[in-house]
Amino acid sequence: MDHQSEAQIRRAALNTRRLFLRQGLLGMGGLALGTLMGCGTKTPPSSSTAASLAQAYRFAPRARRVIYLHMAGAPSQLELFDYKPTLAKLHGQDCPPSLLDGKRFAFIQGTPKMLGPQATFGQYGQSGAWVSDLLPHFQQVVDEVAFLKAVHTEEFNHAPAQLLFQTGSPRVGRPSMGSWVTYGLGSENDNLPGFIVLASGGQIPSAGKKLWGSGFLPSIHQGVQCRTEGDPVLYLQDPDGISRNLRRESIETINAINRAQYEQLGDPETLTRIAQYEMAFRMQTSVPEVMDISKEPDYIHELYGTEPGRASFANDCLLARRLVESGVRFVQLYNWGWDDHGTNRDTSLRHGLVERCKKIDRPITALILDLKQRGLLEDTLVVWGGEFGRTPMQENRGGVTMPFFGRDHHGEAFTMWMAGGGVKPGVSYGETDDIGYRGVKNRLHVHDVQATILHLLGLQHERFTYPFQGRDFRLTDVSGQVAEAIVG
Amino acid sequence: MIRFWVRRWRLFLVGLSLLWLGGCGHQPTVSFNEDIRPIFNERCVSCHGGVKQSGGFGLVFRENALKETASGKFAIVPGKPGQSELLKRIRHDNPEWRMPLEEAPLTNEEADLIERWIWEGAAWAPHWAYQPPREIAPEERAPHGHNLIDDYVYGRLVGKDLAPAPRAQKSVLLRRLSLDLTGLPPSPALMEDFLQDDTPGAYQRMVDSLLNATAFGERWASMWLDLARYADSRGYERDRDRSIWQYRDWVIDAFNQDLPFDRFTIEQLAGDLLNESNDNNLIATAFHRNTLSNGEGGTENEEYRVAAVIDRVNTTWEVWQGTTMSCVQCHSHPYDPIKHEDFYRSYDFFNQTLDHDHVSEFPSLITHTKVNQAKLENILGHIAIAGDGAQVQAWRDRLLLQEPRWRPHSFTSVQNAVFTDRADEDYLFVRNGAQFQPPTPDIPEVAALHLSYRARTGADLTVHLDRVDGPVIGSLRLSDRSWQSRTDVIPLTTNPGTRPIFLTFSGQEGPILADVYGIHYQPPLPDANAPATEEVREMIVQLLNTRDSVRTPVMVEAPPAMRRTTHLFVGGNWLVHGPPVRAGIPKVFSGLDQEETADRLALAHWLVSDNNPLTSRVTVNRIWAQLFGRGIVATLSDFGSQGAPPSHPELLDHLAVRFREDFAWSLKALLRYIVSSATYQQSSSIDPELYALDPDNVYLARGPRLRLSAEQIRDQMLAQSGLLSRKMYGPGVMPPQPDGLWDAIPYSGRRWVTSTGEDRYRRSVYTYLRRSVPFPGLTTFDGPNREFCLSQRTTTNTPLQALHTLNDPIFQEGAALLARELMTEFDDPRARIDGLFQRLLFRKASSLEQQQLLDLFMEARGQFQRQENQLNPEIAAMTLVVNTVFNLDEYLSKT
Repeated sequence: MDHQSEAQIRRAALNTRRLFLRQGLLGMGGLALGTLMGCGTKTPPSSSTAASLAQAYRFAPRARRVIYLHMAGAPSQLELFDYKPTLAKLHGQDCPPSLLDGKRFAFIQGTPKMLGPQATFGQYGQSGAWVSDLLPHFQQVVDEVAFLKAVHTEEFNHAPAQLLFQTGSPRVGRPSMGSWVTYGLGSENDNLPGFIVLASGGQIPSAGKKLWGSGFLPSIHQGVQCRTEGDPVLYLQDPDGISRNLRRESIETINAINRAQYEQLGDPETLTRIAQYEMAFRMQTSVPEVMDISKEPDYIHELYGTEPGRASFANDCLLARRLVESGVRFVQLYNWGWDDHGTNRDTSLRHGLVERCKKIDRPITALILDLKQRGLLEDTLVVWGGEFGRTPMQENRGGVTMPFFGRDHHGEAFTMWMAGGGVKPGVSYGETDDIGYRGVKNRLHVHDVQATILHLLGLQHERFTYPFQGRDFRLTDVSGQVAEAIVG
Repeated sequence: MIRFWVRRWRLFLVGLSLLWLGGCGHQPTVSFNEDIRPIFNERCVSCHGGVKQSGGFGLVFRENALKETASGKFAIVPGKPGQSELLKRIRHDNPEWRMPLEEAPLTNEEADLIERWIWEGAAWAPHWAYQPPREIAPEERAPHGHNLIDDYVYGRLVGKDLAPAPRAQKSVLLRRLSLDLTGLPPSPALMEDFLQDDTPGAYQRMVDSLLNATAFGERWASMWLDLARYADSRGYERDRDRSIWQYRDWVIDAFNQDLPFDRFTIEQLAGDLLNESNDNNLIATAFHRNTLSNGEGGTENEEYRVAAVIDRVNTTWEVWQGTTMSCVQCHSHPYDPIKHEDFYRSYDFFNQTLDHDHVSEFPSLITHTKVNQAKLENILGHIAIAGDGAQVQAWRDRLLLQEPRWRPHSFTSVQNAVFTDRADEDYLFVRNGAQFQPPTPDIPEVAALHLSYRARTGADLTVHLDRVDGPVIGSLRLSDRSWQSRTDVIPLTTNPGTRPIFLTFSGQEGPILADVYGIHYQPPLPDANAPATEEVREMIVQLLNTRDSVRTPVMVEAPPAMRRTTHLFVGGNWLVHGPPVRAGIPKVFSGLDQEETADRLALAHWLVSDNNPLTSRVTVNRIWAQLFGRGIVATLSDFGSQGAPPSHPELLDHLAVRFREDFAWSLKALLRYIVSSATYQQSSSIDPELYALDPDNVYLARGPRLRLSAEQIRDQMLAQSGLLSRKMYGPGVMPPQPDGLWDAIPYSGRRWVTSTGEDRYRRSVYTYLRRSVPFPGLTTFDGPNREFCLSQRTTTNTPLQALHTLNDPIFQEGAALLARELMTEFDDPRARIDGLFQRLLFRKASSLEQQQLLDLFMEARGQFQRQENQLNPEIAAMTLVVNTVFNLDEYLSKT
């Protein structure tokens, strides 16, 4: 749509606005609305990119929204999903030079020892998927899940690897996956941003806010981090003493004067500003409402293991369900702390990892079950994974064996899983060698995973581009192949 | 059949016209740049470009286009359309053969143009931006123009049903001018002066007054710091502090002093290489030390040094040449005549500095305290007595920069010691019995060895001559103050000259004794036997180990012995080396003598030389965009063939030539010239019809109307509410921001400690900028996180911005202060609202505005009166009214 027709539509919307704002207040609540424009994320792409967008819609979408669970720090696939009895037999032996020659590791130096699995495994469900006893709840839902067993990346440090996963490039500056998706598909609601980020585990991931930055895409597509303590969105709360009513009055005053200004000067940006003040007003109600889990029934709290008022991954999972239910397109969760090097008890496979698994096991299971019972799993894609995997060798930084069992960063092979949103349930795709060092069958690069996610959303990753600095950029950079085998 | 005949007939006509043209003195009628290149770029180069050359045929370089293609045929035979395969293929009847494949064929007009062009010799012309700017007198004369700018602009309006808008109202104009030149609204006094002054030259006096305000440098620094990617932290995971604010202050001063842009360029790119460079010249080079550095545990420092050098190449080309060099990192440019190896020739210019992504941020310029500065003068004075100028300079460098030092990469025969170049472990870890051989000295006479190290448990160090167990020529007891960084001087009893030396370490068995950073060979002090020398030696050790100084990362060129060989990276992969390359500029340009030893200084001189077609154009275009919201070339960072063509090419060249020649690179003169034009001073009002004719205001039939920048929005409010502090310079300040924003940054103990006193209310250019979580007041209004060079901020319009100006406590504080003032100054609410409009927008409130705000005031006062804890309902209600005006579109915009 060009400037002119956009301006026309905005002018047409102008007269209905006052009424609209009042309706929002008079008990329709924030969440039910969702037609007219207003949310910036619904702004159509500019005409120069419209063509490339149209080309990108090549498939009927299977998924309409995404919940992406990123375990920042990179959990060990060898203790969770990739069962390697041979590695147990080699436990304590020197790592053969063939695995070390010409390889770069983050911390391993000299000759490390092989480290057998530090968890017990079993097969579950109709599909007979291998899961360790660290995730007892998750064992019940394996038939809903497609495991990707041989994902690989070339990055072996946290920040660059996280950037590669979330933006397609290990260096900063590119738009994040959520930004691409909201840019391509727009928002489904008028009261909330289309791309929301929740972070738990005490810290944000290593690569920081740029993981949900919009890069060169218009900044309305950047992720909005909702905090679980303080204002969920910055400056959401009115100053002391300003009632809702008074805030409405003040915004109506601003908009009335702005309307007069528009009629006199004719700058369409003024109309956009009027719309955004209305959206801001609605967000002041809708965001705290959607972020408040206290009114959820007991059985839901029981299912997720949530405790209202305390920041946790469980709360974030429940929030994710509430957000997608409210029409948020892309919900990105980060859970920090999965970097088990074995330098101390908290970062060891026998202790820290066990504790962290306890904190996610019920919530991830609940999320799948809850989405399913609400009929949302069908078109909501859930993705789980870290930024890389971990070595079959025990970490030995500085040539010294660590006091606890831990593993170094490893990009050659690791496990992710997806569920819902058109993913074939109950399958396992990809295989690693006997010790879980390398993928030997159906390997998937990070760009392949991204291509697959876009594909499920109906976006053809090779055509879904944005021109910047003389080049057409895409999430998958210059590669990426859809893993057709897991598309249901 | 009919089609066949039509085609024949058309060919016949073309042939006739060719004959006719041919007889006409061979004056080419087809312009490659205007007629042919756009067709090639639009329809052909995605398959036949600089990277992808399907069928062995590419259209970026003439030599590729004319050579034999993979099929053995020639696509273009100059002067011989009939033998040119290209023409056959674009007109082929069979869609399987016709080009472009699977797309609509070229129009007849396009095909005919190409035919005529080939017939005329298939001349290639450089892209417009690679040809030197030339002044062409404007064809039209603007009816009410002030200078040539208006004539050029008028020339494009003619025939478009557009006419220049009248001059903006004086109050609107001065607000625009003041925000543009100083980033702040005019003071009430200045506005009063201007409104009263009807004499000729009143406007010019305002322009001069604003250009001379110190606020000028602060406003234009914001633009430059986006390009320079200036921040107060290092980026990536831990995102530690970086002390580089002296560079920001240098930029502010440079703008205020109107340092000519050529000099401004040279000092930033190569200030360290100038003869007799001073501290300011060195601080200027921090321009390229604003690159990210990665301190995440386990990251390889060389990898991130390479990333920083790559960024320096890209940034230099973007800032001065508007050229997208990043494409060429991995392969030849797909559209522009720049080859893969050209990137690495540029890379070599920047690959010779001593910085290396080290946690210390070495090399840094030490700005000594007064006491230590006196010691420095004392030492240099002593050296000057017996030494020559070069010796004084060398000692100065040593004591201010602590360079050069040989790093552990260069050590050989290493035993019982481990070197890692990872993150903050980039040291040689020595244990008991450690030994190594540093490179042989590159100076003839060595009096002492300086050892830089991080102390651990302490050790005895001995220096041996010739062999590891050779005669001892020096020794030292290393500090055991764990984690303290030191540089110690080890006097040598024998000059090793070019003979090998070995260092051995002994101490406690087991733990690491020390982390060695590097060593420096010190020549003898001139007049080593003078009585004062002992004292001087002591002061040297003191200065090498000062902790209370300010350290600014700067560029320091490696001495010849430490130079790196630059290799092309195959496919852009830094681990896969191609052939070695030497510094140079892309072949499409000329003027840098490729034979001489080209260094950064030569590059900087070339950028601002008459031979360079781009620097002046790119710069005037940036300035223009700052004022009008859109460049004459809309793509500020891309003047290449995929960039936007200039909307007013003659105007661009006129300004470029003026800037370089008449104004001698003075930015203030350039700005004075532009804001003096009638074009700049036009009213920005538009009606829907005019808007429809030119929605983006490309043709400038009205003045600019733009949302203010992040800095302007905050600074304007601070200034007009009376909160603003005009204190200049110094480390970044931390005005109030929501709690907890930094809590979640991993492995970082750094806290946002809210500034007290006037530091809460400084101009935004002084706000501490942490890359991982920048100040929300900046990013919400599209300010960048300064990770990379940014030529143009995109302007968005989001609900988060509304929440910010409605609810940020600083906007409340400003509103409350102003409300109180209005209460004392005026007696009734109507007068206060009028006073408020005068104060903030320099105009009377309209009756609608009066009524709306009065209603709001009454409603609010009523509500506040019913609230128990509301101390003064009158002030609280007025505060809400003031904040409401802070949120008006007009207030948030330059109109």
